[in-house]
Amino acid sequence: MKEYLLGNVAIAKGLLEAGAGVVAGYPGTPSSEIIESLASLKGDLPIHVEWSVNEKVALEVAIGASWTGARAVATMKHVGLNVAADPFMTLAYLGVGGGIVVIIADDPFCHSSQNEQDTRRYAQFAAVPCLDPVDPGVAKEMVTYGFELSEKLNVPVMLRPTTRVSHARSDVETGHTAEIRRGSGFVKNPARRVSLPVHVRPLHVELLEKQKKIEEALALTPWNSLRLSGVHGVIASGISSLYAEEALIEMDLDLSFLKVGTFPAPSDMIRLIVEHASKVMIVEELEPVLEEQVERVARKYNPDLEILGKGSGHIPRFGELDQLYVRNAIASMEGQPARSGPILGEALKILPSRPPGLCPGCSHRATYYAMRKAFGRDAVFPSDIGCYTMAVPMGTVDTCLCMGASITLASGIRFGGEEKGICCSLGDSTFLHGGMTGLLNAAYNKARITVTILDNSTTAMTGHQPHPGTGFTATGKWSEPVSLEAIARALGAESVETVNPYDIDSAVDAFKRARDYPGLSVVIAKQACVITARRNGQKPQAFRVNDKCEGCRICVEFGCPAIEFEGEKARINNLCAGCGVCAWICPSSAIEVMK
Amino acid sequence: MKTSECDIVIVGVGGQGVILISDVLGRAAVKAGMPVRGAETHGMAQRGGSVINHIRLGCRFSPMVPTGGADVLLALEPAEALRFGHYLSRDGVAMINTDPVLPISVTMGKSVYPGLEDIVDPLSEVCKEVKTLDATSLARKAGTSQAMNVVMLGALSKYIPIKEELLLDALCDVVPKKHLDANKRAFQIGKAEVE
Ligand code: SF4
Ligand code: SF4
Repeated sequence: MKEYLLGNVAIAKGLLEAGAGVVAGYPGTPSSEIIESLASLKGDLPIHVEWSVNEKVALEVAIGASWTGARAVATMKHVGLNVAADPFMTLAYLGVGGGIVVIIADDPFCHSSQNEQDTRRYAQFAAVPCLDPVDPGVAKEMVTYGFELSEKLNVPVMLRPTTRVSHARSDVETGHTAEIRRGSGFVKNPARRVSLPVHVRPLHVELLEKQKKIEEALALTPWNSLRLSGVHGVIASGISSLYAEEALIEMDLDLSFLKVGTFPAPSDMIRLIVEHASKVMIVEELEPVLEEQVERVARKYNPDLEILGKGSGHIPRFGELDQLYVRNAIASMEGQPARSGPILGEALKILPSRPPGLCPGCSHRATYYAMRKAFGRDAVFPSDIGCYTMAVPMGTVDTCLCMGASITLASGIRFGGEEKGICCSLGDSTFLHGGMTGLLNAAYNKARITVTILDNSTTAMTGHQPHPGTGFTATGKWSEPVSLEAIARALGAESVETVNPYDIDSAVDAFKRARDYPGLSVVIAKQACVITARRNGQKPQAFRVNDKCEGCRICVEFGCPAIEFEGEKARINNLCAGCGVCAWICPSSAIEVMK
Repeated sequence: MKTSECDIVIVGVGGQGVILISDVLGRAAVKAGMPVRGAETHGMAQRGGSVINHIRLGCRFSPMVPTGGADVLLALEPAEALRFGHYLSRDGVAMINTDPVLPISVTMGKSVYPGLEDIVDPLSEVCKEVKTLDATSLARKAGTSQAMNVVMLGALSKYIPIKEELLLDALCDVVPKKHLDANKRAFQIGKAEVE
């Protein structure tokens, strides 16, 4: 049957068609919809699907499952693999039981990420095969193949969609759900399961010896193809190969073309095009992984080959490519003119910018307002990764490095010699993911800082996934919610307070007490995300501005998109979520609930 | 050689329902037995930022419409039409909902929202035709301002190589039953507006 599917949903279907038994992940754009859609598609099938506490946990759960014989998967975004790198690197030595496919979604151009690292480098680093899909349909097919290859060669296999595959849609041929491959039990085998030096030395040699087999197997897949024609050629991988293919057809160019969908790339095919051509262009996003391999082959078989790509400056090493860019790069190789879209030039100057921001009524805005009032604008505000990172204009987001780093950066800033107030903040999901160890460290080493947990009872930024504090699992089953307050105390924080940020007075007071506490203090600002609250049927109160408004603009400074200024007076538009904070802020009591 | 039958770029502001339009178009294309490619904005930009979705009907290649290649630019918000105007092809049509969503820089008084003519005039110079409609008011007429995106879909239906019945069929697949009548009305009102 043909269906119109999002790349990540196609991958979830692929997991069903491959009979995956255990699937674990941590939310992260652009990977989140894989687990989300699988959790709803799986119905009563005996597949264990979980949102794990973080990516390292997810991969380890998958590895354990594989070692019982189950087909297992871990999903995450590219930077998640940094967290999971520890198990990932050694897994390649130890090998699998049931097949393991590690699905890592890359985000060239950092659409929704803190960096644009290229995960193909990780695959190279760990010496494991990497499948680089061009579109949702191919991504789905690669899942089943990935398991088969993993089982055949006893290595984990990486599937690496990018944003433009995970969040692309296309007509995809879907098939039947396979028998679910659960495990039969853990088999003791210390030589392959215990990474003692004496065990891993030979396993490293074994992994290196496997490389040739990996490349031979990958070369036989349908995702690599070669057409020898003109003496100029294009070698392209992943989604870039689609842009190149379209450009060649559109310009009606008779070039040789090697399309690469796996890494390591097929050296024999590279050798054929390299021997055939006098000039090639290498088209790939981010790192020159393919280009370096082509250079190695060319050194041996055709040292005179002219290689265009990142080295020559034709293809950038940053950002994402698109069809027009690739077309023009190939056109320049062929001495043809570049094409451009319409130039709007001056006309664009009048456009107001529209960066993403906190929703109307978002409790983070209220928390940050109260925090700033208590600590003053001069205090240092390390922050973290989540919706709240968008609050940079409020002046309460001074840093964002990686998941959970707000607390540890705050500690380091104090130990480094900062004397001013330090109040860091991170979300509930981020705290559970990577903040707990930092809090333990801060308590143990006596960091004089305030840690704010922005507890909106969801993982909001990535699309509102549950976590251990919410009471629900990925499949909607009840799981007793953990208490953030109890965790904070258990980790060693002595001063812990929970406040409702919409109650601004109390929130400011709580922050003042935290500020004056002579050691580590924790404030938990607890209020549901307005989007989940609305989904759960909460009806907001409506607010309006009455004629006491004096046009002082103090409410506007709060930065809620529902407050506009019309002439000399404030007005509340239909985006209002009814949090009531602006009514508290207004010095003239001009904002009131509509009766 | 042409690599796509019809390229559409749909732009707006996170939360306006851009994804629903491309979802309906894609599903209808599959019903018509047409290959289709699309690309969506997810993640951070959905929180009130500029969003852009691409749909390519009768295409097996790039999921994104090339710059300068859109047969139709469907803008749910006027400023966003101009922001993404470079996608328009010379022979393309821009269809714009005239009801603005003010960005925070404007509500806070740090910048000014441009007049409609400052948006329409430069676009008219780079494409074949610019059509404007107050889709938000038209949707209210249909019963709910929420169906503004479906009014735009109805207007778009006159310009694409997919039969109306397939579009309505696909609309039924994605809209909850209780809102279906209002949405069908919105579709017809949008269509009538460009006839
Ligand atoms: S989704 Fe929730 S947490 Fe994120 S900005 Fe909106 S209200 Fe705030
Ligand atoms: S009550 Fe005020 S601050 Fe809260 S959402 Fe409405 S306008 Fe914004």
